[in-house]
Amino acid sequence: MDIIVCMKQVPDSEAQIRVRPDGKGIVDSDIKFVMNPYDEFGVEEALKLKEKFGGTVTLVCLGPARCVESIRTGLAMGADKAIHLDDPAFDGGDAISTAKVLAAAIKGLPHDLIFCGKQAIDDDSATVGSALAEVLGIPQVSLVVKVELAEDRKSAKVNRQILGGEEILQVPLPAVLNAQKGLNEPRYASLPGIMKAKKKEIKSVKVADLGIAADSIGAAGARTKILHMAAPPQRQAGKIIPGETPEEKAPILAKLLREEAKII
Amino acid sequence: MAKGIWIFAERSDGTLRKVAFEMLSEARKMADKLGEELCVVVLGDTVEAATKDCGPYGADRVYAVESPLLKDYTTEGYAKALVDLVKQHQPSILLGGATVIGKDLFPRVAARLDAGLAVDCTEIKLGEGNQFVVKRPMYAGKVYADIAFSDVTPKMATIRPNVLIPAQPDASRKAEVVKVAPALTADDIKCKIVEQLKVAGEKVDLTEAEVIISGGRGMKGPENFTILEEMAAVLNATVGASRAAVDAGWRQQSDQVGQTGKVVSPNLYIACGISGAIQHFAGMGTSKYIVAINKDPEAVIFGKCDYGICDDLFKVVPKLTEELKKLRQE
Repeated sequence: MDIIVCMKQVPDSEAQIRVRPDGKGIVDSDIKFVMNPYDEFGVEEALKLKEKFGGTVTLVCLGPARCVESIRTGLAMGADKAIHLDDPAFDGGDAISTAKVLAAAIKGLPHDLIFCGKQAIDDDSATVGSALAEVLGIPQVSLVVKVELAEDRKSAKVNRQILGGEEILQVPLPAVLNAQKGLNEPRYASLPGIMKAKKKEIKSVKVADLGIAADSIGAAGARTKILHMAAPPQRQAGKIIPGETPEEKAPILAKLLREEAKII
Repeated sequence: MAKGIWIFAERSDGTLRKVAFEMLSEARKMADKLGEELCVVVLGDTVEAATKDCGPYGADRVYAVESPLLKDYTTEGYAKALVDLVKQHQPSILLGGATVIGKDLFPRVAARLDAGLAVDCTEIKLGEGNQFVVKRPMYAGKVYADIAFSDVTPKMATIRPNVLIPAQPDASRKAEVVKVAPALTADDIKCKIVEQLKVAGEKVDLTEAEVIISGGRGMKGPENFTILEEMAAVLNATVGASRAAVDAGWRQQSDQVGQTGKVVSPNLYIACGISGAIQHFAGMGTSKYIVAINKDPEAVIFGKCDYGICDDLFKVVPKLTEELKKLRQE
């Protein structure tokens, strides 16, 4: 079983996000970066499958030099090796052009199964995993909460969330599975794991290594472009309902909801 | 040259999901400005009956794409049927709801068409020189970005439900219905549905609910959500939960509102025993009215809500339910 996990480095969910003065991006100098939490579910599931069926787990990460730290986290959890797509030519891409780069890198690797997080918590596009599957010409399943590999490892039974419930799909492999919260509980890296990770291979890959046209990726290949970013208007503190007891306060709120907000 | 604004509309129980009408109303204004047609695409086994409201809400034409293979949503079946039709007619803009299905389908379709896609948009408009521009949240709503598209068509976007405001339907408006038989075979659908497990109780999904009552750590236990269910019954609301309540195992993960849960935008969001962490606000910050009930006067949610009651929720909620019931009966 050769399993690929696509992972992204993102600002920690607690991070305060400030827009750059030019409005084209965020100030990233004082932010704590971590592995995208949904990608952790992908790493964990890949490791569980490897423990059961044997094989390799390879991380694929696109991003600048700082991503090495998050790649090491994945290696310390137990992944075997990593590909780091680190080239300024990838900068300014959108979700679809990113998927093209990932696909070009993964094509050259053995892959029975590919995990992505259901979305990255920075641009929140939830697009790359499915677009990657399309470029590779293989199926994808979104919002995956359970994976059961067939004995012959040629297919998997996959549970995914749908409106009002779950759906079980029979999926031929290779396929891309987009991991949702609930799939598993990601493990913490152990101390021996962290020591071992230092010796594992992180292969740096440039656009020239991939055999893809430079104008199909990065800013040149992007079909969408950020014109301007801004913080949303802050909600103002509202009315604190006066009164001494719940019996006094509840009727006042009910009345306001009807007469002021006009929603009852 | 590519022409026309298209809306992919989802069915639910013989009608279309509400977000279709929200998109139609806004897209109608754009179509008028561009002098282009506004079309709706509906996929399914039998869909024609579901399309009757498209004309009144502004559609010029409806493509009713019917096949037994489209009865249930599958990524592969829907993507092929939609892409084939788009390639044939070449619309300039293609919109869909940012629903479970829309979020699954549109990335696949955009990649196959090699088109640009902006997801979960809260605003769509024609900017300078009639350029299609959208606004969408990033970083869990901590930032909003205006996004423009390259010249490649169709320019694709999914729209967050409950945000755009539907216009009054005009019953005299009619849309032409064009039936389409897609070139689909069973072999096109490689991921087969084995089983669908529906959760009991057909409540309105959180993402489409008009009123949501959510409980957090302050609920103290799963059994106490009964008082929220009782208020929900009065307001025809859906009950949600904070991450703390879900991680404690009190509610299902599908009930979670927030950065790692669902993004919702109801008219009224009542947060009970929720402190209002930034990750929770990421999921409900665009609600029209936010009510907070929390006994901790320091809870950050009081700084960002419309109405707050600082008191014991176990006393406030039942009393509020009683008062709301009275108002409803008047």
